[in-house]
Amino acid sequence: MATVVTDPNAAPAVHYLNWRKTVASWLFSLDHKRIAILYLISISVFFFVGGLLAAAFRLELLTPEGDLMQADTYNRYFTLHGVVMIFFFLIPSIPAVLGNFLIPLMIGAKDVAFPKLNLASWYVYMIGGTLGVLVLVTGGVDTGWTFYSPLSTTYANTNVFLAAMAAFVTGFSSILTGLNFLVTIHTMRAPGLTWFRLPLFIWAHYATSIIQVLATPVVAIAIFLIAIERVWGVGVFDPALGGDPILFQHLFWFYSHPAVYIMILPGMGVISEVIACNARNRIFGYPFIAFSSVAIAIVGFLVWGHHMFVSGQAMYSSLVFSVLTMLVAVPSAIKIFNWVGTLYRGNIVWTAPMLYAMGFLGLFAIGGGTGLFLGVTGTDIHLHDTYFVVAHFHYVMVGGAVMAYLAGLHFWWPKITGRLYNHLLGKLSAIIVFIGFNATFFPQFLLGMQGMPRRYHSYREEWQLLNIFSTSGAMILGIGFLLPVLYFTWSLVFGRRAGANPWGAKGLEWEKASSPPSPHNFDHDPVVTEEAYAYTGREQLSV
Amino acid sequence: MSSTSHAEHAYVAHHFHSAEQQKEAGTLGMWLFLAQEVMFFGGLFCVYAVYRLLNPDAWLAGSASLSVFVGGVNTTVLLCSSFTMALGVYFAQTGDNRRLFQALVATLALGLLFIAIKLQFEYLPKYREGVFPGANWGPYGHHYGHLADVANQGGLQMYFVLYYIMTGMHALHMIIGFGIMVVLMVLARKNTFGPQRYMAVENFGLYWHFVDIVWVFLFPMFYLVR
Amino acid sequence: MSEHHIVTPATYLKVLIALAVLMVLTIAAAEVHFGEPFNLMIALAIAVTKAVLIVLFFMHVKYSSHLTWVFVGAGFFWFIIMVALTTADYLSRGWHSPFTG
Repeated sequence: MATVVTDPNAAPAVHYLNWRKTVASWLFSLDHKRIAILYLISISVFFFVGGLLAAAFRLELLTPEGDLMQADTYNRYFTLHGVVMIFFFLIPSIPAVLGNFLIPLMIGAKDVAFPKLNLASWYVYMIGGTLGVLVLVTGGVDTGWTFYSPLSTTYANTNVFLAAMAAFVTGFSSILTGLNFLVTIHTMRAPGLTWFRLPLFIWAHYATSIIQVLATPVVAIAIFLIAIERVWGVGVFDPALGGDPILFQHLFWFYSHPAVYIMILPGMGVISEVIACNARNRIFGYPFIAFSSVAIAIVGFLVWGHHMFVSGQAMYSSLVFSVLTMLVAVPSAIKIFNWVGTLYRGNIVWTAPMLYAMGFLGLFAIGGGTGLFLGVTGTDIHLHDTYFVVAHFHYVMVGGAVMAYLAGLHFWWPKITGRLYNHLLGKLSAIIVFIGFNATFFPQFLLGMQGMPRRYHSYREEWQLLNIFSTSGAMILGIGFLLPVLYFTWSLVFGRRAGANPWGAKGLEWEKASSPPSPHNFDHDPVVTEEAYAYTGREQLSV
Repeated sequence: MSSTSHAEHAYVAHHFHSAEQQKEAGTLGMWLFLAQEVMFFGGLFCVYAVYRLLNPDAWLAGSASLSVFVGGVNTTVLLCSSFTMALGVYFAQTGDNRRLFQALVATLALGLLFIAIKLQFEYLPKYREGVFPGANWGPYGHHYGHLADVANQGGLQMYFVLYYIMTGMHALHMIIGFGIMVVLMVLARKNTFGPQRYMAVENFGLYWHFVDIVWVFLFPMFYLVR
Repeated sequence: MSEHHIVTPATYLKVLIALAVLMVLTIAAAEVHFGEPFNLMIALAIAVTKAVLIVLFFMHVKYSSHLTWVFVGAGFFWFIIMVALTTADYLSRGWHSPFTG
């Protein structure tokens, strides 16, 4: 094994951040690390746009009447919140930022298999994003992020076409990223890095990429048909023309349910890394976590009909989808079991990323568990389209995916920037986010049980108390999300030098690459001779 | 062939270790792209399956108005273009850039012929005689007048909506292929390809054959409904 | 993997002839009335055969690595999932519940 000769506390003189300095060297960079930074900046902007929209309609929901905004405005706000958060933030978040940065480093490669394609997919994403911003400034769209026909095709007077094109274009960015990762993982692994020595982060991204490549084209075509219907004026989903609006839902959810796993699977990869490192323990049940990722990717394709129990879908179809939905809970539960198993007898260090990861475990368990309520046809009829659904998927998307994204960002920030952030503030933000999140969304479970429907700007007076809780929680959550922006930015200038491996972590990116890594990642091509996660419990923490 | 190592260096990108690895990545990438294409067209095929199920009468009537002869001729044209493309890959592998160029010219010519037939004998006459869904729908005239008597006019329009979208999407893929072919022709003129370097031609061949396969299904689905 | 296999023009020609024969066959089969689902099944079977010929020979999958087979299979498998589960909904719409009649 080649040894790293870097002094752990000195940053390398030349690294990927400073070796070229012009704007063009960033905008036309083929370096996966720089492309990851481009993504990081752009998705962060969209995250705060989506967050502001949410803050605005949470304020509206403080009171039962529509006093801050009227129904039309409210509809546009929650639609844009959904479109921005899902298509422009959650789908690209972990794969495009952390995946792009880390996959080549973790497998000992100089870059992804197709660097030009990688850059192209960022540009495609930005074109989609620009269209999204155009939607925003031309009055928004009010169909909900789901674009259900016939509302989207016949009745909506807003800019559905432009919004559909924004989602359509962004989809191809996702496809190209997935394609690139699959080929990279297959062909670019360092000598000795066999499949069962791969970090679980890589397995999770492999599974995610399968979904991105195979599911995204279907939503592209579904959205394309909506656009055709609006432009050409023929009703592809119009019953008067022998069509069926429910068919749109089939095509839409064939993608959009697996898309949930595009958002959560990479998060699960992050959690595996963070927990193993901070418990100073070998991961428990490695093959189970690895294969459960692939199982989720496959079984996740068989359950989409559980979004359509009250749509007019055939009863027997619903029955089958309901049973299959129960199945997909199994691999998720296996993962949680194995993470807890990893903690057992571990030598746990309570770092900021670890606190985020612990938040993930609890919140994702609640999110997944409440999903079962909705996957059962009987209870779904009561809970469908209530705030219970809203709370459920925010527990998975924010409590799961965003918590994992933040855990990953806090974990790899020293590697990405070469700097340490204020660790106390890091822990504080993890705690604030956890409290704010629960205060926002737990009351929504109760509201949903009481029958408060989603997507209305006004509600009955007896629901006000819980809504006040929820809105107050959202403000705390907002502070929790802003705090990292401050100390991360601060760390860029004033942060201590991180050294190559501040967490005492295992993995090529920590042990063989400097912080920040050199432009071509490694000084010598790494050779792998041991399993992943060979922790001894005696690793030094130097943050 | 030990003397190729110098030539190899010229076109192996810096982040690959060997030409072998680069080729493997290129081939895998292309197949994944095609898997993506399968699902892209697959969405349309799924819509087709459901609407045919819901409107069997309209599908029969719509299909009866298409010319099996024109469709058959076009199928032959496309199969031949796939054949010439396959030959092109062979000539690239054997380093015969002159014949590769000729094979690409033949493929392009057959592709253009396909589009020309489609326009001249199918799209345009239908459009002129009102067989175009939407505000101007209203079949009339010598060839298509009888369609006005079909009871399920909605379903019939849907048949033609899918006909135009699916054959149009297929044609769009061909037209994109034309552009790539021109680039390959220029490269073949410059004697670019040889036994060590033919991946671009091979991958384009895969794309072209895939487009051919789509048509292999579209033909019975639209022309041969019985 | 192994040395790349070069398919000869003679093979391509045989495949082209087979494809042409199958095309004539599918047109001829459509002229015969086999009854409700059978015409469709025959047409699809012939189309699948043609596609398999193109994939195996024109696209060289017969001589490719296992991984290529897996990717080709995956695309096809996922397509079947989508069509099967979607059409299952439409085919079972008319069924009645044993409980409600």
